[in-house]
Amino acid sequence: MTTALASSPVTDREPSPLALEAVVMRFAGDSGDGIQLTGSQFTLSTALAGNDLATFPDFPAEIRAPQGTTFGVSAFQINFGSTSIETAGDVPDVLMAMNPAALKVNLAALRHGGLIIADTGAFDERNLEKAGYASNPLEDSTLAPYHVVALDISRLTLEAVKPFGLSNRDGLRCKAMWALGLALWMFDRDRQPLIASLQAKFGAKSDKLVAANVAALNAGHAYGETAEISLPLKQVRVPRAEMAPGLYRTVTGGETIALGLVAGSQLAALPLFLGSYPITPASPILHYLARLKEYDVTTFQAEDEIAAICSAIGASYAGQLGVTTSSGPGVALKGEALGLAIMSELPLVVVNCQRGGPSTGLPTKTEQSDLYQAVYGRNGDAPLVVIAARSPSDCFEVAIEAVRLAVQFMTPVILLTDGYIANAAEPWRIPDLATYQSFPVEFFSAVPAEGRINPYQRDPDTLKRIWIKPGTPGLTHRIGGIEKGFNTGEISYDAANHQKMTDTRKAKIEGIANFIPEQEVSLGDDHGKLAVVGWGSTFGPIQQAVRRVRARGGDVSHIHVRHLWPLPRNLGALLKNYERILVPEMNTGQLKTVLRDQFLVDAKPLNKVSGQPFMIAEIETAIEQALASRS
Amino acid sequence: MNAIAKFSPADFASDQEVRWCPGCGDYSILKSVQRTLSEIGASRENTVCVSGIGCSSRFPYYVETYGYHTIHGRAPAIATGVKLANPELDVWIVTGDGDGLSIGGNHLLHLLRRNLDCQVLLFNNEIYGLTKGQYSPTSRFGTRSPSTPFGSVDRPLNPCTFALGAGARFVARSSDLALSKTPEILARAHAHRGTSFVEIYSNCVVYNNAAFEKFVGKKAAPDAQLWLETGKPMLFANGTKGLRLDRDSLTLEVVSMADQDPAAAGILVHDETNKTIAQLLIDMPFGSFPVAFGVIYCDPTPAFDGAVIEQNRTAAAGKIRDLNALLRKGDTWSVEDDAAPPSTGLHPLQ
Repeated sequence: MTTALASSPVTDREPSPLALEAVVMRFAGDSGDGIQLTGSQFTLSTALAGNDLATFPDFPAEIRAPQGTTFGVSAFQINFGSTSIETAGDVPDVLMAMNPAALKVNLAALRHGGLIIADTGAFDERNLEKAGYASNPLEDSTLAPYHVVALDISRLTLEAVKPFGLSNRDGLRCKAMWALGLALWMFDRDRQPLIASLQAKFGAKSDKLVAANVAALNAGHAYGETAEISLPLKQVRVPRAEMAPGLYRTVTGGETIALGLVAGSQLAALPLFLGSYPITPASPILHYLARLKEYDVTTFQAEDEIAAICSAIGASYAGQLGVTTSSGPGVALKGEALGLAIMSELPLVVVNCQRGGPSTGLPTKTEQSDLYQAVYGRNGDAPLVVIAARSPSDCFEVAIEAVRLAVQFMTPVILLTDGYIANAAEPWRIPDLATYQSFPVEFFSAVPAEGRINPYQRDPDTLKRIWIKPGTPGLTHRIGGIEKGFNTGEISYDAANHQKMTDTRKAKIEGIANFIPEQEVSLGDDHGKLAVVGWGSTFGPIQQAVRRVRARGGDVSHIHVRHLWPLPRNLGALLKNYERILVPEMNTGQLKTVLRDQFLVDAKPLNKVSGQPFMIAEIETAIEQALASRS
Repeated sequence: MNAIAKFSPADFASDQEVRWCPGCGDYSILKSVQRTLSEIGASRENTVCVSGIGCSSRFPYYVETYGYHTIHGRAPAIATGVKLANPELDVWIVTGDGDGLSIGGNHLLHLLRRNLDCQVLLFNNEIYGLTKGQYSPTSRFGTRSPSTPFGSVDRPLNPCTFALGAGARFVARSSDLALSKTPEILARAHAHRGTSFVEIYSNCVVYNNAAFEKFVGKKAAPDAQLWLETGKPMLFANGTKGLRLDRDSLTLEVVSMADQDPAAAGILVHDETNKTIAQLLIDMPFGSFPVAFGVIYCDPTPAFDGAVIEQNRTAAAGKIRDLNALLRKGDTWSVEDDAAPPSTGLHPLQ
């Protein structure tokens, strides 16, 4: 990127918009300003323009934090371009600052020479003081390293919505739409799809409000057109990205998890039962599934996290696909019930949409610090399956995989996503479900010729036990959380039996390594100087960092682990093909520890726990250091 | 109702050895349940017993139906999933005073509030048995136990008061010694659509022996027990005493009957749907009053599982179940083959 987004005022207009490869734009304002809506609308417009993109919504836990304060700032960052985009971008090129607090919080991130568009109407004495500015940064030298376009967006918006007779307050709430209109002009975008989308989204609530917002949007756009001569603003065009042919939509991880779970339940030929308790950032999955009744989906908002998982276990016991969705603190509460599901050997999918921890931690910020909890966090020797999604579109595939493993091995499966994946949007090439292999469940119903049924009889290959639905004649039996007799499922305190059952439960989960794909190398060679090993949402920054270093001739490969427990059976041998191993994680080194323990390899950590995703540059620097080090 | 017994009480006995202490009240409750299942013509395969942890929660192992012995306090939550997944199943939750009212109090509260169609049998022995005798949330004030060597200083909870307060629409009470009456009450509980809450006093012979003797013991019973029957006057002590409402203070009072006509004496007639009187009956302090037994309150309202199924059905009605179409709903765009060569960089899916 150059400084092409802004220039000194020009007198003769250029004949066509300037073309750029990629742009990072950040909208920032009060949490009640509609920044997230503006961002998602701009995302839609970007997707329809054919750019590849990635977004990063970053908002406070408070719904409407006090106005004008730095802790109430909500931001939405989007990286879009004509090349492959895999992160929301390290450094914004453009910052749309709707008040002084938004400028204060986000300025440090902005690229030197980047463009600031600020609403002077909000830079009054009171807001400046709340943001901690002694003098107005738009007027002193604070912003000297940047290009600044200072506009009274507040006043321009109020003028645009005047015909609709809104209160001053309601009128000002349209200013994010005005800014969006200006942004649409800057990037030469079609307004019509957004207007249609706004009407579809809010038309039912109030025609007047929709009309006012559309008017604000149009006014912002028109301002760009007419003011081009007098402002240091240039219109730019980001060409279409080269994307694989197909039908696309933008999705967030919350949507794709829900859709993947429904797809998985259909492939398993089971009704889906979701027991869930509201928690940030996992709730969107509950909201989405609650609307899909026609797909044999039952959703149950339980009284607490424990009841949520227990109801899902009850549903699985009764022959449905039990699912529960939560985040770290909620999953902590589910620990004992997870043990019951392991002991009962019933299928269950547990989605942990990770957030900053411990305790309440950072509810709206992202982290991947629940890997230990997922792999180890239960009483007793209690193995289960752990898998992780790397991106919003990947969530669809991983949710199907979670269902497959749960029903094919009669086991709980923990699916790890995080706050970043849950809220970030990206284009998704919509798959055709007909291309997926189904795995329909067959319930056991054969009444033994003699004696009673042994509910813990197992498949010799997978070690999974039979699944008998209550209601099946002739097969009444009792199961529970007390140690089960091998085969019979009866209560057993026998010492040798406990050893055998513990060994069997362990062997069953470990054996799943034979039924999952072998570990592939995402980018680079299957041997060499350095392997960068990641899991979950760090895929994007690791991939880009490895790509950049490889482009400079660096001997580095990217390995991204989806199946975290059991690990792919070739992973240990693969890792030993590299001289060094670097594990970037948004925690203090959890996968690093697991890899060291499982394979006795000298995995080195790269850790970040700021509640923010990795920047590409951070990983790039660590790769360069690892390649340069002599040890 | 002409219920044909498909199975005898013995058919509902599993082959498992019963492991309660000799003399435990739970034995007779088990017999009552097996008799009830036979009498109501229950099918073995459609009956599911769900329990938590504690002495009472071992119950499912001893009944020849489907059974799930789960974790401490969580039986109501698990039963909710079972019933929503298959409303055809007849779900019996078996719990105790510690399991249901202490660690699992929250789940029981919400089960009753939602009114899931199931039976809750709460075996109340006023003590923790399986953990060796600590006081429970129903133990009387001052109970000396290993964890309260100087006597408990917290006030006990009345299980039926809890149930009524949580919105239960069926509240009944029986005891381990009321062998002839319990199956009748359990049959009523089974017939009731919604959560049927039945408190059953059960003697813990080891840690809290004879705790209920003063009102369940054979000698004491006639004078100490008021058996409620809908439409009948509230008489006890072989008809020599009755209950009357003091309409000024809205309190109950015991009246000696002599040869009076109950109506003339103003004796209350049991109306199962009267929640106010039900509350007064539940709260009667034993000593100056008898203990109320039988179906204390029954006022049906639509059950939760039925409402969920019905809403699912209505919401799904007329909608096409086409997941491929759902994936393609909303704002989509097409990338054509010739417009752009295939890219390898876009989030390759494994």
